[in-house]
Amino acid sequence: MKITLFIPCFVDMCYPRVGINMVEILERLGHSIEVPEELSCCGQPAFNSGYWEQARAVAEPVLKRLRSAEAVVIASGSCGAMLKVFYPELFANTPHEQAARELSTKCFEFSDFLVSKLGVTDLGARFPHKVTFHDGCHGLRELGKKKEPRELLAKVRDLELIEMGEAETCCGFGGTFAAKFPMISTAMGEVKCGSAMQTGADYIVSNDSSCLMHIQGLLDREGRRIRTIHIAEILNER
Amino acid sequence: MSAPSAQFKADAERLTHDLRHRGLIQTALKKYEVARDGKKANYQDWQSARQTAAEIKWDAINHLDKYLVQFATKLEARGTKVHWASTAEQAREIIVGIVRAKKAHSIIKSKAMTAEEIHLNDALEHAGFEVVESDLGEYIVQLRHEAPYHIVFPAMHLTRGEISDLFERELGSAATDSPEELTMIARRALRQKYITADVGITGCNFAIAETGMISITENEGNARLTAALPKTMITLLGIEKVLPRLDDLALFLPMLATAGAGQAITCYNSLYGGPRQPGESDGPEEFHVVLLDNKRTHLLADAEQRDALHCIRCGACLNVCPIYKNVGGHTYGTTYQGPIGSVITPHLRNLQTWKHLSMASSLCGACTETCPVKINLHHHLLQNRRNAVAQKPVWWEKIAFKGFVFLMNRPRLFELSKPLARLGQIFHPLIKGTALDPARAWTKTRDLPDVAPETFKEFWRNRK
Amino acid sequence: MSEREKILGSIREALAVNAPLPGAHDHHAPAVLRHRDDDVSQWLPAVGQTFEQRVERFHANALDLRADFHLLNTVQEMGAKLLEIRDGENWQKIGTHRGELTDAVSAELGLPTIRTDDGYDVRELESCDAGISECDALVAQTGSVVVSNRSAGGRALSVLPPHHVVLARREQLVRDLPAAFILLKHRYAPVFPSFFSFITGPSRTGDIERILVLGAHGPKKLTILCV
Repeated sequence: MKITLFIPCFVDMCYPRVGINMVEILERLGHSIEVPEELSCCGQPAFNSGYWEQARAVAEPVLKRLRSAEAVVIASGSCGAMLKVFYPELFANTPHEQAARELSTKCFEFSDFLVSKLGVTDLGARFPHKVTFHDGCHGLRELGKKKEPRELLAKVRDLELIEMGEAETCCGFGGTFAAKFPMISTAMGEVKCGSAMQTGADYIVSNDSSCLMHIQGLLDREGRRIRTIHIAEILNER
Repeated sequence: MSAPSAQFKADAERLTHDLRHRGLIQTALKKYEVARDGKKANYQDWQSARQTAAEIKWDAINHLDKYLVQFATKLEARGTKVHWASTAEQAREIIVGIVRAKKAHSIIKSKAMTAEEIHLNDALEHAGFEVVESDLGEYIVQLRHEAPYHIVFPAMHLTRGEISDLFERELGSAATDSPEELTMIARRALRQKYITADVGITGCNFAIAETGMISITENEGNARLTAALPKTMITLLGIEKVLPRLDDLALFLPMLATAGAGQAITCYNSLYGGPRQPGESDGPEEFHVVLLDNKRTHLLADAEQRDALHCIRCGACLNVCPIYKNVGGHTYGTTYQGPIGSVITPHLRNLQTWKHLSMASSLCGACTETCPVKINLHHHLLQNRRNAVAQKPVWWEKIAFKGFVFLMNRPRLFELSKPLARLGQIFHPLIKGTALDPARAWTKTRDLPDVAPETFKEFWRNRK
Repeated sequence: MSEREKILGSIREALAVNAPLPGAHDHHAPAVLRHRDDDVSQWLPAVGQTFEQRVERFHANALDLRADFHLLNTVQEMGAKLLEIRDGENWQKIGTHRGELTDAVSAELGLPTIRTDDGYDVRELESCDAGISECDALVAQTGSVVVSNRSAGGRALSVLPPHHVVLARREQLVRDLPAAFILLKHRYAPVFPSFFSFITGPSRTGDIERILVLGAHGPKKLTILCV
């Protein structure tokens, strides 16, 4: 299969290893990857802030470029939800509505793609650590995926998954929310970090790097031992 | 920034730092969660129950004129006086008018968020009437001259110690740390009020069109007493409370209790179809029902968000909201708190003044997931944001997003920003967290990630 | 134009535009209202088919709710049980209403009795130690007692005195809430009593630190005697 990888801006700039690991995993499974280099952003910041006209201005080139894609895999749950769930809403009652609906059927978040589309759960990975999983809200509620990442982690050798009490509770990132209401965002992050640390895990793993960016930012500031890691990084460990 | 927006931010700042307060709400809501999950699990199919409930409410709201007419007609046929109030002011006038005409000396009231909405108690007290809240939680916040903290649990933010101090001060009772004794103190104080009240005012959970009855859900029994003893009974309800059929309650009564309080069903669910009828031995001589619009028709006209009127005021969305759990109910500064409050307040009051509540959300979707009638809550928050911008964009935000579009649609320019970011990173520690730091909103409490030595796109290009 | 016409006019104008169907924001939404008329018994908690299962369920619920439930064989046993309670709680005065079961047992109690049927003094009722009433139904699914002002002596008798005692017959035990509403319609339509209540346990509150306390305003004790 030819897989089109959509790399969101912050993954590109700050967490390239997430993308690199995805490429390696998918190539090892025998697929070819294309990365549309001219696409930088899905438009979510403008969309979430209510500036839908500006969001469309950024999203239209994305729609156009991805039209011919066979399958689009997105390196983040929140951008994945933007393409799959919110583009149809953003383009409702516009000439691009149909294109948005069609794109929606071809979009997958990474762990969902492996499990549901490729039917793969065992990647031969090994990660001898205790981890706890953070369910990013977009992946969990917009895309409806909870068991897929866990099915993948279950096949990772020597990995111990300990669920945290607040696994499904929002970490507090929420995009522009983190900057507009930093005190609430931080409080929510504290609850998440506290719950994660209670498990005694060495790593917090998620399929959404934007959440992990926020959580790691808090952990670094507080000097905590526990570290964040994206699921693609674990799945590529040997 | 509107005054409510400034108040929200100030209170959020203060309360998110108040670990005692955060701990209190989160402990209380954890108990609720455990109870709720237990009761939900007993259902044969909770998700199907939600769909049926959502469809019944869709039927009710999308045929609202028909059902309201049926409701009023049935009530009037048995001697109830039905009043229609377009505005809060009219509703207050109607109720004060009834109370004056009855020359009431004392009024007993059971819990009614709609009465909070129209500031009824203030109007009655201003007109010289004593109003006593009979619901324990409402009674407590009334004594403290405070608004209810939560639409279902008005005194959730208080400890038993605070309540004991309050009763000592206001009622002259002995200090105690027993919730049972505190409840008995309130019970004794209120007993006489029930018996001597001339007028009882209630709210309403559901208005049954088919049979012309109002349905009241409670645990304490104070609403039953309010509807049994005083000579005049007045019920205030929003027009959206309608349910088409009597047996729709077979679904709504348990779902309201489970979603709202983690109970299988609340202690008392009572139906009232009129004043005392011929042959009946007690009950009010006069029964008045006041139907309130107060801009509900405004929300009705927004077809995209009309389902917000399906709300049964269970409070489940408040209970799961991570924002609510960290800032508490008073921070919202308005009658309806939490996700539903954030959705409807711009419609019931004013969009520009109250849009900040729709912004103060990470859009996690827990509210939509939990709503027993499937209101699309978090998407409505997004729609409120879009509507607020369409009506009146924030000038600097508009510029910023135009810049965002400019940058994102020019990949080569965006590539240039990366070495610039790396450069900025070197100097950033000098100003990190200070007033000069443009990223201060983030860096006050969190570290920023480093720009990678080789970005993904750079890696991809080098690979080829 | 009256306010009524104004409001109804606003509603009709608003409804001229269609709203999405429920669950339409789901990707898997039905195109029509498919579940509005569903029999909700299939969604609500399941209840057994036999009387034994149902009475056991009612009993279990009552225990959970801190209500006392006694299944008895005869009206005489019912009377004896009442005497037991009278002595255990030292009743001085009771309230009740005329009815087949209430008449059969209340005279035996030999106590000053307020009968609510033809009007009563509220203060007298307030000072009763117990209110003894009949009911319309018992609901196995929830442990609820269904009363109306016709079946239970008015609106206040079953809520004002601190102990509510319900006298019921086994035939009155119904399966679930939907069945209870069917029964009420069957029994009373088209001229309903002006008051009904589904009573589920003694009065309670969780308003203080979410801790359960019984007897907030309504009765602190609920006893159901079923013959």
